[in-house]
Amino acid sequence: MWMLGPVGFTAPVLLLGLIALPVLWFLLRAVPPAPIRRRFPGVALLLGLTDDQVETDRTPWWLLLLRMLAIAAAIIAFAGPVLHPEQRKAGNGPLLIVFDASWADARDWPRRIDRATQLLDEAGRSGRPVAVIRLTDAPAQVDFQSADAWAGRLAALSPQPWLPAQNAAWAAMLPAGNFDSFWLSDGLDHPGRAALAASLADRGALTVFASPRPVLALYPAGFADGAVQLAATRLPAGEPAEVEVIARGPDPSGIDRELARATLSFGLGAARAEAALSLPPELRNRINRFEIAGMRSAGAVSLTDDSLKRRKIALIGGREDREGLRLLSPTHYIRQAVEPVADLIDGTLTDALLASPDVIILADVAKLTQTEQDGLLDWLDKGGMLLRFAGPTLAASDISRSAEDPLLPVRLREGGRTVGGAMSWGEPKTLAPFAEASPFHGLAVPADVTVSSQVLAQPDPDLAQRTIAALADGTPLVTRKAVGQGQVVLFHVTANAEWSTLPLSGLFVQMLERLAVSTRPAAPQAADLAGQTWVAETLLDAYGQKIDADTKAGVAGEALAAAIAAGPDPDFRPGLYAGSDRRVALNAVGEKAGFTLATWAAGTVIEGLDAAKEQALKGSFLSLALALLLLDILAALALSGRLPRIARGAAVVAMLGLLPQGVRAQDDAAAIRATEAVVLAHVITGDSAVDDVAEAGLTGLGERLWERTSVEPEAPVGVDIEKDDLVFFPFLYWPVTTSQPLPSAKAYAKLNDYLRTGGMILFDTRDTDMTRGGGTSAEAEALQRIAAGLDIPPLEPLPKDHVLTRTFYLLQDFPGRYDGGIVWVEAAPPDAEQVEGMPFRNLNDGVTPVVIGGNDWASAWAVDDMGVSMFPVGRGFTGERQREMANRFGINLIMHVLTGNYKSDQVHVPALLERLGQ
Amino acid sequence: MIPDPDLRARLQTDAETLGQSLPPLLAEAELLASTIMMGEHGRRRAGQGDEFWQYRPAHPGDSARMIDWRRSARSDTTFVREREWQAAQSVTLWVDASRAMAFRSERSTVTKAERARLLALAAAVLLLRGGERVGLSGGDTPPRSGKTQLLTLVRALSSPDGAQEYGAPDADGIVSHGRAIFLSDFLGRIEGVETALARASDRGARGVLVQVLDPAEEDFPFDGRTIFESMGGSISHETLRAGDLRARYLDRLAERKDRLQSLARAVGWHFHCHHTGDAPLPALLWLYRAIEGGR
Repeated sequence: MWMLGPVGFTAPVLLLGLIALPVLWFLLRAVPPAPIRRRFPGVALLLGLTDDQVETDRTPWWLLLLRMLAIAAAIIAFAGPVLHPEQRKAGNGPLLIVFDASWADARDWPRRIDRATQLLDEAGRSGRPVAVIRLTDAPAQVDFQSADAWAGRLAALSPQPWLPAQNAAWAAMLPAGNFDSFWLSDGLDHPGRAALAASLADRGALTVFASPRPVLALYPAGFADGAVQLAATRLPAGEPAEVEVIARGPDPSGIDRELARATLSFGLGAARAEAALSLPPELRNRINRFEIAGMRSAGAVSLTDDSLKRRKIALIGGREDREGLRLLSPTHYIRQAVEPVADLIDGTLTDALLASPDVIILADVAKLTQTEQDGLLDWLDKGGMLLRFAGPTLAASDISRSAEDPLLPVRLREGGRTVGGAMSWGEPKTLAPFAEASPFHGLAVPADVTVSSQVLAQPDPDLAQRTIAALADGTPLVTRKAVGQGQVVLFHVTANAEWSTLPLSGLFVQMLERLAVSTRPAAPQAADLAGQTWVAETLLDAYGQKIDADTKAGVAGEALAAAIAAGPDPDFRPGLYAGSDRRVALNAVGEKAGFTLATWAAGTVIEGLDAAKEQALKGSFLSLALALLLLDILAALALSGRLPRIARGAAVVAMLGLLPQGVRAQDDAAAIRATEAVVLAHVITGDSAVDDVAEAGLTGLGERLWERTSVEPEAPVGVDIEKDDLVFFPFLYWPVTTSQPLPSAKAYAKLNDYLRTGGMILFDTRDTDMTRGGGTSAEAEALQRIAAGLDIPPLEPLPKDHVLTRTFYLLQDFPGRYDGGIVWVEAAPPDAEQVEGMPFRNLNDGVTPVVIGGNDWASAWAVDDMGVSMFPVGRGFTGERQREMANRFGINLIMHVLTGNYKSDQVHVPALLERLGQ
Repeated sequence: MIPDPDLRARLQTDAETLGQSLPPLLAEAELLASTIMMGEHGRRRAGQGDEFWQYRPAHPGDSARMIDWRRSARSDTTFVREREWQAAQSVTLWVDASRAMAFRSERSTVTKAERARLLALAAAVLLLRGGERVGLSGGDTPPRSGKTQLLTLVRALSSPDGAQEYGAPDADGIVSHGRAIFLSDFLGRIEGVETALARASDRGARGVLVQVLDPAEEDFPFDGRTIFESMGGSISHETLRAGDLRARYLDRLAERKDRLQSLARAVGWHFHCHHTGDAPLPALLWLYRAIEGGR
C-alpha cells in the first residue's frame, strides 16, 4: 500500500492517470457547447449582428476546471484511497483471545465481537492458530485451532449474565508453550484476574482491550421511608452524570410498560448515586423490574420480588351488629390508616383466612371458635401477622387470664384500668419513648397521645421482652410474641378513640406501617429459603432480557440463598425464583456487591475501542465525481441557454413554497367574512358532489331564513376541519360520506372544543331510504367511526316535547329529502319530569351539541343559482309539503342554534305573568 | 365541367379543407365583430341614401320637388327632407401570407397568420355590415358588398400560405380614394412597404398598417449558443450568446416600428402594433376606429 499522508492507496498505479488531465484540458477546450436551432422570423433583424465576445466559443475555464475535478476525483476513487489504513505488525505463534464475557460486556458486545473478528482475520491471513475462551464459562482445556474454525463460532458467542469467578482455574488450564494473548476486558476486577494476566504475560505479548465507557450497575431496589430506594454504581467514576432508571411492570391490562422513572445523579467523582422513588402502592405493587434506560446489560436490571408488594390485610371488628356512629366503630381508624397502603379484606375470619392475607387485624374480638383459632394458628405458622386491639369485650372476657392464650402475646389481668377519667384518680398516661429493640424505635412520640383506659398484662417473666411499646409509667401498651413464623401483636387499647387518643394521632399510622411492613423481611435470609424448592420463573440473559425458563429444574433453597449472597453463577442465572408462597429475585448485581476497576500490570498494551478505524474513501470520491458531473450538467445547460426553462420550474417551486403566506392572508379575510354576519358552514368531505349539494342546501336554507326570519345569513362556506378555524360558525352541516378520512387528532381536539363551546353539528348520513327497514348503512358506520373520537353526550331520539319542535315553527316530524328517519339529539336529563299542566317538560337546558339523522336535508333545501330547487322531493303537492317541512326544520334548527333554550323558558311564562299581575 | 379528374379531386380536397377551417374562422370573426356595437357609426351627414336624415328649412335654390310637402303643411315654413348620405367605401385588405407569419412561440396560442386573418375577417364583417365594399388586394377579389362577399373573402384568406419568407404589401387592386388595410409582421425588407404605400397613396387611398408580432419577437427571450433560422430556412444566423444580442435586436425592432410609423404618417396612414399574446378585440376596435375615422 502506497501512503500519502494519512491516506493509503490500494492501486496507486491508477494515479498515473492524473497525468492525462492536461491533455484533457486541451481536448475539452476545443469543443464549444452544442447550439440550439430555433425557427425565428425575427432573424431578419439579426442579420449582421456579431457576438461581442468571440472567445466564448471555447468552454469557459471554470467549466473546464469542474470537469477536470470530476475526472480527477474518479481517477483517485479507482486508485482505492483508504484513510488511516491499519498497519499492524503481525505477530507470530498462536493467539489466545480472552473474553471476560460478563454482563458488563453486554453494553458493547458487538464491537468486541468486531474487534475479535478483525483479530481472527489477521491471524487467518498470517496462518496463526487461534483459541477463543470466555472466562465466564466453566474452565476447560484450551485448544488452538485454525482461525477459520473459529470464524463461524465467534459470531455465536454471547456474554453471560454473571461475572467470571474462576480465573484461577482458567490459569491452570492454559496450554503449554508461548503464545500471544488478546484480552477483551469488561473493565472490572475479578478474583484471580491479576494472576491470570500475569501468567498470560509470561507466555507472550498480552494486549488488553478496554472500553472507555463506564460500567453501570443497578442495585436491587429496597423499600424505606415510604419510598422505593434506588442505587446504582459506576466504574470508573468521573464527570457528573445522570442516568434514568425506569420502573417497568404490567399495566392494568397486563401489558408490560414503563410505570415510573427516576433520575440518579452521579456527582463529580462519585461512584454511587441514589434516589428515592415515591410511588402509590398500587403502582409499586405492579413493578417487576427496574432498569437503567438505554443500557442493555443484566447489571443494569434489577428484578423486584415480594418485598415491594402491597400487603393484604383482613380487618375483623367485634360488635358488628351494634348500630352506632361511624367514629365509634372499632375499625374505623384502622381502616383509615391502612386503606391507602394495603388491600383490605372484609368478611368473616374464616373467609379472610382463605384469602391468605399478610395481616389479620382483630379489633376487640375476644372469643374465637375452635375452627377459627386453628385456622389462625396455621396461618400464623406460615408467617402471618395477627394484630389485635383490646376493648371492652376483651377486657370483660376471661381469655388469657390463667393461661396465656396462643393468640395473645401476654396474659391479661382482669378488668384493666382506667386513669384520668371522671371517676378515677390521676392523669391520663402518655407514651414512653420506644426502646431500641422495638420495631417502633425512632418514631417520635407526640405529647398529646394519652391513654385513659387499657387492659393490663400479667407480669410474666417474658413480659419485658415482649413489650415493644410502653406507657410513661412502664405499663406495656403494645406487646408482641412470635408464633411459628408469624407473630401476634396486641395493642392494649381500643382501635378507636374510646380508650386513648392514640388512633387519632399520626403515630398510630406510623406504628401500623412499621408493623405491616415488617411482616416480610426485605432481603431473604438463608433460613427463609432453606428447605424449599425454588423454580425459576423468569430468567435474564446478559443483556437483561427475559429468556425462557421452562426447562430449568428447581433448586434447593440453601443453594439459592448462597447464590443470592454471592451473586449469580452458571448454575444460578439471575432471575425470579418462585417458592411455595413467595418469589425471590436473584439479581446480577447483589445488594452488597462492590466493584473495583481492573488495573493492568505496567507494560501491558491497552487498546481502546476508539482506535482510528480504517476508512475506505473510494465511495466518497466517486460520489464527489458524480456530484461534480451533475453540476457540470447544470452549468452546460446554463451556458447553452437551456437553463431558463428549468429556472422557471424552480421559480414555480419557490412560489409554491411561498404560498402559505398567501393562505394566511386569505385566512384572515375568511375569518372577517365569517364573523361579519351569521355564516352557515358545511364540512368539506372531499366528495365534490356531496359538498356542492351541501353548499347549495345551506344557500337555500339561508334564503328561507332571509325571507321568513330575522336571521340573515351570508353565503355559506365549506370548512376543512383539518385546517380551518371552526369557532366562527355557530352551525356545521356534516354530510357523512364513506370516503371521508377520519379527522386527525388535532382536528378532533378542535371539533371537541367546538362542541363544548356551544357549536352544533348536524350529521346527515343521507341514508334513510336505505335503512328504513331498520338496517344500517355504510354511512352510518362511517359516522360511528368519526363520532368515536368526538365528545358527544348520550343521545336519544328527538322527543315530542324537545325545544327543536317549537323554536320557530311547531313541528311534529323532521323530513328532508327522505322522510321517517329517526333524528337523534342529546338525551334529556334523567330527572326531567313533566309538570302537571305544562305542555312539555323543562329539559335541554342548553343547546344539543349534535343532531344526527339520515334524512338528507341538504338535498331538500338545495337551490341552484336561479333560486330553483335542485332536487325533486316526494311527489306532487305532498312532496312540496315535505320540502316545506324540511325548510321549517332547518329554520327551527338554526333558531335553536342561535337562541338556545329560549323557547324552553316559555314554561315559566304563566308563573312570570302571575308574578307580574301582583 | 372539370374534365381533369385529378384537378377535380384536388379541388374537392381543398373545398373540404376549407369547409373544415371556414366555419370556425368565420364564426370567430363574426363573434369578434358582434362585440362592437353598430349604430353610432352611421354617416351622420346628409347625402344620397335611403334613410331619412333630417328636415331642414328650405333655402333659396332648393328645387320645388325637394320640398317635403307633408312636413311643410304642418307649419308655415317649408321644409326639405334630407336623406342620410350613404356612400359605400371600398376597402382593400392585404393579409401577409408569407411563411414568417406561420410562426408561433410557446408564449402564444395562435400563429401570427391566424391572428392577422381573424382581424382582417372581423374587420370585413363589420365593414360589410356597415354597407362597405370589401375586397382583397392583388386583383383576384375586387371589393364588393354583401353577405356573399364575406364567404369569398374567407375562401381567399384561407388559401395556403405563400412560399416567400417575408411578404411585401401588394398595392394592386386598391380602388382610387379607397381604404386599405395591411396586416403583416413587416419584418421583411422595408422597401416593399415603402413601394406599396407610395403606390397606394398615389391613388389617393388611405388606410392602416397593422403589425402583428409574436411576444417572442417582441422580447427575444433567448440565450446561449443558438442558430436562428427563418421559417423557410433560407436565412440563418448563428450566435454563441444569444442573450448578448437581445438589446441590439430590440433596438432594431424599435427602429423598424419607428420607420413604419413615420412611413404611415407621411402618407396619412395609421400604424398599430398588435401581439398575438394579447386579446384580438382591442386591436379590432382600433382598426375599425382607424378605418371609420380616417375620413
